Amino acid sequence: MAKIKGAVEVNTNRCKGCELCVVACPAKVLGMSKQVNAKGYNYACMVNPDACIGCASCGIVCPDGCISVYKVKIEN
Amino acid sequence: MTTQDIIKPENLVYAKPSIMNDNTMHYCPGCSHGVVHKLVAEVIEEMGIVDKTIGISPVGCAVFAYNYIDIDWQEAAHGRAPAMATAIKRLLPDHCVFTYQGDGDLAAIGTAETIHACNRGENIAIIFINNAIYGMTGGQMAPTTLEGMKTSTCPYGRDVTLNGYHLPIGNLVAQLEGTRYVTRQSVHTAAAVRKAKAAIKKAFENTLAPEKKGASFVEIVSTCNSGWKMSPKDANDWMVENMFKAYPIGDLKNI
Ligand SMILES: Cc1ncc(C[n+]2csc(CCOP(=O)(O)OP(=O)(O)O)c2C)c(N)n1
Ligand code: SF4
Ligand code: SF4
Ligand SMILES: [Mg+2]
Repeated sequence: MAKIKGAVEVNTNRCKGCELCVVACPAKVLGMSKQVNAKGYNYACMVNPDACIGCASCGIVCPDGCISVYKVKIEN
Repeated sequence: MTTQDIIKPENLVYAKPSIMNDNTMHYCPGCSHGVVHKLVAEVIEEMGIVDKTIGISPVGCAVFAYNYIDIDWQEAAHGRAPAMATAIKRLLPDHCVFTYQGDGDLAAIGTAETIHACNRGENIAIIFINNAIYGMTGGQMAPTTLEGMKTSTCPYGRDVTLNGYHLPIGNLVAQLEGTRYVTRQSVHTAAAVRKAKAAIKKAFENTLAPEKKGASFVEIVSTCNSGWKMSPKDANDWMVENMFKAYPIGDLKNI
């Protein structure tokens, strides 16, 4: 059966640390960085990358358009 | 397969629309305005109408909307966006003309313009961000503020004996002959965002269908987490629990 794997890329400079993507992710992939960006915000990052299914829920709810989502289908 | 193997251009399934530019939006973290800006940009891009869409930005937090979406814009005086949209649409009838307004702009100072533009059946789209508060000026009570809701000008909660009731202006304009599509949506979950996008698309398509006349009104029940003094997540939860009772989600009119 084909397996879906996803990954997200966060524009860390643009992120405002609102955490709405963390709440929206059904697979609990995202968390917040310990570091802050140039604006002083903790930014979103993948803390559990293997769980990502590429559903794009995080990107869709992000108010600042910070998240790009990628998805592959792995045939086995 | 590593994250690096997956993050390749050919595997991209979601990204910010390209007409939403790289300027940093001035909105507070988690503000609904950003999500709705993104939807407006996506719809315009997908409909292929970048060169024939004109937005009217309001006075309110969205006053700088024109800095973020690369289309033609006109800034209106407070509450006058529907009057300005009327003029532009009548002069350029083949264009998609829309207003983008907050509740203070649309349902307080601009109530007359809103109702009369809708009642005249202008072929425009109105995107209405209802966060039940004057966000920009520091969270004052608006006509849309809920009964009992605390704001900076009613710190003990809106008192109906003093200030009356929340104004469901979406329901009012739905009563008018001049509206053809009135809907109430939200953007707090991915599923809600998808529905709100479909509503904005329908409203924009209506403006380009001259055989049928009428205004399209898309209310987005929104949060102003700064004005409400909550975290973005708590503001979404508060909205679902309280705002949705006063402003139920769904179509009010679709003809
Ligand atoms: C003629 C005039 N009156 C009052 C103001 C002050 N003012 C600026 S924004 C605003 C209300 C904004 O509230 P809303 O439309 O709900 O937008 P939000 O910021 O909540 O998105 C007011 C009263 C003004 N700029 N011009
Ligand atoms: S939703 Fe967007 S702005 Fe908010 S934390 Fe996530 S990436 Fe950052
Ligand atoms: S004050 Fe409220 S409406 Fe304005 S940007 Fe901040 S959260 Fe958004
Ligand atoms: Mg408002």
